[in-house]
Amino acid sequence: MTAAAESMPPRAQVLDDIIAAQRRRRRWFRGQFILVWVVLVGIIGAFLWSAGHVSWDFIVKTGPYILQGAGITILVSLVAIVLAIGLALLGALGRLSTNAIFNSLASLYVSLVRGTPLLVQIYFIFFALPFAGIIIDSIPAGIIALGFNYGAYMTEIFRAGIQAVPRSQHEAAQSLGMPERLAFRRIVLPQAVRIVIPAIGNDFVAMIKDSALISTIAVQELLWRAQRIGRSEHQVLASIGIAALVYWVLTIIFSFFQEKLEKRMARGDR
Amino acid sequence: MTTYPGGEAAPQHIGEVIVAARGIEKYFGDNHVLRGVNLDVHQREAVMVIGRSGSGKTTLLRCLNFLEEPTVGSVEIDGVRVDADPLRRRSRAHQEQIRQIRLRASMLFQEFALFPHMTVLGNCIEAPTRVRGLSREKAVALAENYLEQVGLRDKRDEYPARLSGGQKQRVAIARALCMEPKVLLFDEPTSALDPELIGEVLKVMEELAHEGTTMIVVTHEMHFAREAADRVIFMDGGQIAEQGPPESILDTPQEEATKRFLRRFLQA
Repeated sequence: MTAAAESMPPRAQVLDDIIAAQRRRRRWFRGQFILVWVVLVGIIGAFLWSAGHVSWDFIVKTGPYILQGAGITILVSLVAIVLAIGLALLGALGRLSTNAIFNSLASLYVSLVRGTPLLVQIYFIFFALPFAGIIIDSIPAGIIALGFNYGAYMTEIFRAGIQAVPRSQHEAAQSLGMPERLAFRRIVLPQAVRIVIPAIGNDFVAMIKDSALISTIAVQELLWRAQRIGRSEHQVLASIGIAALVYWVLTIIFSFFQEKLEKRMARGDR
Repeated sequence: MTTYPGGEAAPQHIGEVIVAARGIEKYFGDNHVLRGVNLDVHQREAVMVIGRSGSGKTTLLRCLNFLEEPTVGSVEIDGVRVDADPLRRRSRAHQEQIRQIRLRASMLFQEFALFPHMTVLGNCIEAPTRVRGLSREKAVALAENYLEQVGLRDKRDEYPARLSGGQKQRVAIARALCMEPKVLLFDEPTSALDPELIGEVLKVMEELAHEGTTMIVVTHEMHFAREAADRVIFMDGGQIAEQGPPESILDTPQEEATKRFLRRFLQA
């Protein structure tokens, strides 16, 4: 054996060193990453704090009141997303239907809702419909507006999900003598749901933010409470700042779960 | 005694006509894919359909199961006759007729088409319990019996993603057998498989053929056709160009098209 070969460290040692170095590099990257966030958020926060004359007293006093609004935000979003899922499933079936009436109804729904601003839809349901004798309370009106709006966008997601299930799955079910409805319910739909679940999670996070729009019809959610208390106490910067921060934290939390869900779905068919 | 079209005597073991396709025409838009196909298949007969890609053999098989509705023609399987009627495709009565045909003839696909969200056992008992109305216990017993036959009983609780291609196709065969159809339709069942996995599927199919399962197989496996077929059909240009016992079609074809096809096939 040559001298050079003898002086080489054993193979396992080399691998361990490489792995350890890679881990150090990853940790260094993560450390820098978090540092940038903390420093930037700290500087911006400190500047606004002093320039806007924000007081601790105000935050301690009004924090719980504003935070309760987050509960309403989540509640409204949850109910609205369930409504949206139901509408989207119906809409997708309509868009894929060979029945002209059902198909055109679904297309009309999607076109109308996607072609008008969400804020206009909210106003229409809460401020305009009463002129036709239809009076809906602010919370149900907000839920209906959000649900119908997201249902239209999710119709297209559901339709794509159903179409993404390979045709041969449907054919195999048919060839086993399964009637159309059974084949859809037992074979196509479960696979389509798996495909669209990550997108539903995504839309839920987006809806939490869009639900701020229903503060305009006096739903006492996060933004509405922040605005009200901020104006009356002349602390608008602090109160809107708190609202923004809470939305941010909420979306981070739900995005975290959504990403986990997405990874689990992507792992494939067990 | 049964005779084949062309006058040759059919093998002793085969029985009465069970599949009768008459005057099948199929257009995809302006593309005339099937040009008046008549086909009789007898009980316990194994028929292999060969031909170039684009000759209409897969379309013919799919028409027999109404996965494609023929433009014109009729299919009768085990006493149930359906006349092609593309305009009434969605009508309930027509759909039910087609379903009755499918209960008698089950299709196997190139890409297996196992249900990925169900276990092997789930795949096998889904249709028997929900379509045939069998109790779960009966369906499980049936499924285990057929899984045993294809050599995969120990995989009953696996999900399809954990199986090899050959195993998937064998499960698909067991799943079809669980509906106890009169006829099995195979659409290039080994074309999506790695070469080393083809043998295990062909072996199962050969056993089925020897047991007297009626089957129609679209295939490119000439060796298998020779071993397992009672009759070989050569399709060309949307028509049956030539048919007969495997030796006469594969060794001494009469038609120029058949000769050309086999020559090119054996060279490749």
